[in-house]
Amino acid sequence: MAVETKLPFDKDYIDQFSKNRNEPQWMNSLRLNALEIADTLEMPKPDKTKIGNWNFSNFKHEFKEGEAISSVKDLPAEMQAYFDEGNAPQNLLIQRNHSVAYNTLNEELKNKGVIFTDIFTAMNEHSDLVEKYYMKDAVAVDQNRLTALHAALVNGGIFVYIPKNVQVEEPLQAIFWQEDPETALFNHVLVVAEEGSSLTYVENYISHNDEQETIANIVTEVFAHDNAQVAYGAVDNFAAGTTTYINRRGVGHRDAKINWALGQMNDGNTVSENITYLLGDNSTSEAKAVTVGRGKQTQNFTASIRQFGKETDAYILQRGVMKGSATTIFNAIGKIEHGGTKSNSEQESRILMLSEKSRGDANPILLIDEDDVTAGHAASVGRVDPLQMYYLMSRGLKKEEAERLVIHGFLDPVVSQIPIESVRKQLTQVIERKVN
Amino acid sequence: MSGSVLEIKNLHVSIEDKEILKGANLTIKGGEFHAIMGPNGTGKSTLASAIMGHPKYEVTEGSILLDGEDVLEMEVDERARAGLFLAMQYPSEISGVTTSDFLRSAINARRDEGDEVSLMKFIKQLDKDLDFLEIDQNMATRYLNEGFSGGEKKRNEILQLMQLKPAIAILDEIDSGLDIDALKVVSDGINKMRNDKFGCLIITHYQRLLNYITPDFVHVMMQGRVVKSGGPELAKRLEEEGYEWIKEELGIEDETVEQNA
Repeated sequence: MAVETKLPFDKDYIDQFSKNRNEPQWMNSLRLNALEIADTLEMPKPDKTKIGNWNFSNFKHEFKEGEAISSVKDLPAEMQAYFDEGNAPQNLLIQRNHSVAYNTLNEELKNKGVIFTDIFTAMNEHSDLVEKYYMKDAVAVDQNRLTALHAALVNGGIFVYIPKNVQVEEPLQAIFWQEDPETALFNHVLVVAEEGSSLTYVENYISHNDEQETIANIVTEVFAHDNAQVAYGAVDNFAAGTTTYINRRGVGHRDAKINWALGQMNDGNTVSENITYLLGDNSTSEAKAVTVGRGKQTQNFTASIRQFGKETDAYILQRGVMKGSATTIFNAIGKIEHGGTKSNSEQESRILMLSEKSRGDANPILLIDEDDVTAGHAASVGRVDPLQMYYLMSRGLKKEEAERLVIHGFLDPVVSQIPIESVRKQLTQVIERKVN
Repeated sequence: MSGSVLEIKNLHVSIEDKEILKGANLTIKGGEFHAIMGPNGTGKSTLASAIMGHPKYEVTEGSILLDGEDVLEMEVDERARAGLFLAMQYPSEISGVTTSDFLRSAINARRDEGDEVSLMKFIKQLDKDLDFLEIDQNMATRYLNEGFSGGEKKRNEILQLMQLKPAIAILDEIDSGLDIDALKVVSDGINKMRNDKFGCLIITHYQRLLNYITPDFVHVMMQGRVVKSGGPELAKRLEEEGYEWIKEELGIEDETVEQNA
């Protein structure tokens, strides 16, 4: 059943919005077509979570420009924690509300042709390049009503382009700071790694709207061409008022590697899809995600790796801690398509329950259409082991400290994979705040 | 002598409504090494678990006092901070928590806020103790007990003993599953703790361990009670003659706690 949500924005509004940004014609058309079909499409149907009464319609789209920042020292202390002390990253983009407040990129990388800029600038300066990838082979406009709405209403985002054989050693870091508590964020992240290139990209989403309701509708598309390597880290931290739909897709060609490490720490209701297509032979992907559910939030996470190429390797790892009366569903889907011979698909999803009223479900799914493959899965939902607590407390640790260690230990296999140390520390602090 | 005193009086302990300990009495003072021996199934490990506060064991009668304080009123962590330590027979594996992070937390749990052990000092002492116990340095960065061999787990328990320096330690079958070289190293670690304040209760059913650690007192446990106590010579006689003579002397037919079941 599709939910009746009347779109609050019409064709003229979208057309004007696009023209105000001097968008190329293809983008203008893409927006208008998406708006037209949105009404005919169904809402996404996350397995075992009903999103019918979630807020996907109550939000503002018009916004004021966010003020520029001359130095990262001008950021609130909470956000400075995302960087190493006194050492601002060389490659950083801060999007404040919907405009770029700060953007640096190492000169050498610039000279090598690396692009690290906001999505609208990219559409103007590299129109053909963006058009080639934008909502075509990874996330389709007509996948569902929310992807169509995303296409129509996109109002933020970033474009990362690594030319052939360029190795980016220093991570590229993006911070999407939603300071405006009511305006929705339709953010589009497009990462293209050409043949033989490599990069590490880490993003943070932050908002503070505990009371005001709005939405975040995010699409990420990652393309790793032959022999390219992408390490993608994220800490999502939207406040309780934001309902989030986040769709992260990867496409891996021959010998490519796409590794995801996602800290999904939103406080509001969240539907997350993280799907990677391993098209090329010998391509690999790891999809690691961690979450802490608290309060009354409901979250649904789908991690899926579809293996088309031969001798591909996929590993899904999901860990969640539940408290309060939060609900979390983990769906892990490993799919080996016909022709993906000698491929391997492994997955593990575990949920740790800290309260009586919280609910969790871990659904392991393996779909195999090929004979000569290997696959394995593990899933569990459980409570803190009383014997572990006894052991730790027998060394003098207070109950809270022992529990804290067990929780951090439980989440560590994912947290330790976040590529930038300061972001990893920040994630650890967010976890600390959420579980205490 | 100015160590602590642990007094166990008429201790009755049940697990899932089955009584295992049936009136155990024992007093351990700082500076003393006690050994409790006895065949399997006589309640030795139950005594150790009850003293530390294992969640599955219920004390139904009797008392445990540490320097006059009621241990049974304390939570497990309070018992530890009061000075008790149990080297466990089956230590838990804690995934994602490194041995060194855990140790530092445990040391700091005994210290006041703002008086935490400095990282440098901690690492220095840890390296020293690892060397002494012939433990590979990488154990510090491995997850606590996860994937450890039986011998590594035992050494890790003694490492914790050396790091935490309790007033009274109970070692529950610390010798089981150790080869002779590991046994020597572990014994060296325990002997290194010996001073006029440190009290130790060694639980074993092999006399072998007592060749390396000489106890001041030896007790034999049967049917959930301490049935005989003596000096080191008692252990020697047990090694030579086994337990039959004690059973005969006391008129015991079945020494295990099962005899009433």
